[in-house]
Amino acid sequence: MTPSDRFDFLLRMGDSTLVLAQRLSEWVGKGPVIEEDIALTNVGLDLIGQARMWLSYAGEVEARGRDEDALAFRRDAHEFRNALLVEQPNGDYAETMARQFLFDHWHLLALKAMERSRDERVAAIAAKSSKEVAYHVERSTDWVIRLGDGTDVSHRRMQDAVDGLWMFAGELFLPDAVDAAAREAGVGPDLAALAAPWRSAVGAALAEATLTMPGDDWAQRGGRQGRHTEHLGHLLTEMQFLQRAYPDAKW
Amino acid sequence: MWRVLAAIPDPEIPVVSIVDLGIVRSVAREEGGVVVRVTPTYSGCPATDWILAAIRDELAAIGVPDARVEIQLAPAWTTDWMAADAKRRMREFGIAPPGCAVAGSPSAVDVRGISPLRHTGVVVPCPRCGSARTRLTAQFGSTACKALYRCDECLEPFDYFKPH
Repeated sequence: MTPSDRFDFLLRMGDSTLVLAQRLSEWVGKGPVIEEDIALTNVGLDLIGQARMWLSYAGEVEARGRDEDALAFRRDAHEFRNALLVEQPNGDYAETMARQFLFDHWHLLALKAMERSRDERVAAIAAKSSKEVAYHVERSTDWVIRLGDGTDVSHRRMQDAVDGLWMFAGELFLPDAVDAAAREAGVGPDLAALAAPWRSAVGAALAEATLTMPGDDWAQRGGRQGRHTEHLGHLLTEMQFLQRAYPDAKW
Repeated sequence: MWRVLAAIPDPEIPVVSIVDLGIVRSVAREEGGVVVRVTPTYSGCPATDWILAAIRDELAAIGVPDARVEIQLAPAWTTDWMAADAKRRMREFGIAPPGCAVAGSPSAVDVRGISPLRHTGVVVPCPRCGSARTRLTAQFGSTACKALYRCDECLEPFDYFKPH
């Protein structure tokens, strides 16, 4: 596996966790009840901690002097390698939880596989992260069931959310050359092999939630290669503003 | 040096020290000076930087000026490393410690109807009155490491330090 492929592989993990954390932080002060406000922020905090570990390592592998902050705050949208799913806007609470639910189940499977990575640093980050993500899965799954098997309105909104986001989930299971290199080197997971256990876990929760799993598996793709939806640029303008306006500003 | 570190409190739970928590993995004299290896509890824990700085300051105060404090990721921290005595002090402080959950069926639905539907078949006894009639309010409380509960017996809310 070339250093360039390893760098890309690490960016994908770091950027997906960072962008989702930023999305969750947009809920701060706006949660439907205070407990939810706090819980969402805590999930975001876990993800930011994980993003720091991935991006620090990515910077070391790249060896061009960029640290986690340089990677987070000084790259433009086309240099980000996050999955399209996590950059989708928060929408209503059903959309936020459906996005989390689809991602969390993939995230846990990917991390569990990476605990056996031949790259010791990847294995350590994955082992640390998967304990946290196990709680994320429990939480988002509870919410999908609660809202799906709730009132007529909450059911309709959760079904709409799952239907609308479904086309962004498929990309997580479609490997490209970087993923293949990571897999062959024993560093990254076999993405295609995660699809079956993911469908089974997600399907069981949707059934319990009285929701219908979307039938069309056509997948929008490109995020992990740097081709994003228009939403990412808007997210970055807010996330990167301070470091763009006042480079190297410190607390 | 361990004695000094055992006097540094966790900034969120002052009744337990960073050694009680099990996050100080090693203290060693190596070439170039003293090295302290610390593993974070949760990867995004905002107290981590404070703890690392406190270790450097406290060691400097006893004449170890250039201690290196390093983050060690593997093996990942677990609440199993927490001292038994620390769990007792945590309970007295009003936090249900990790590993205190017992088999049982928790109260079903939170007052606002927002608690999750599915249950794991365990209850977390109230750290104040000991009652098993408690319910989960949210999986995350005042910090990422704690869940928020409510006791139906004494009606007090409480934090549960989640097993990890």
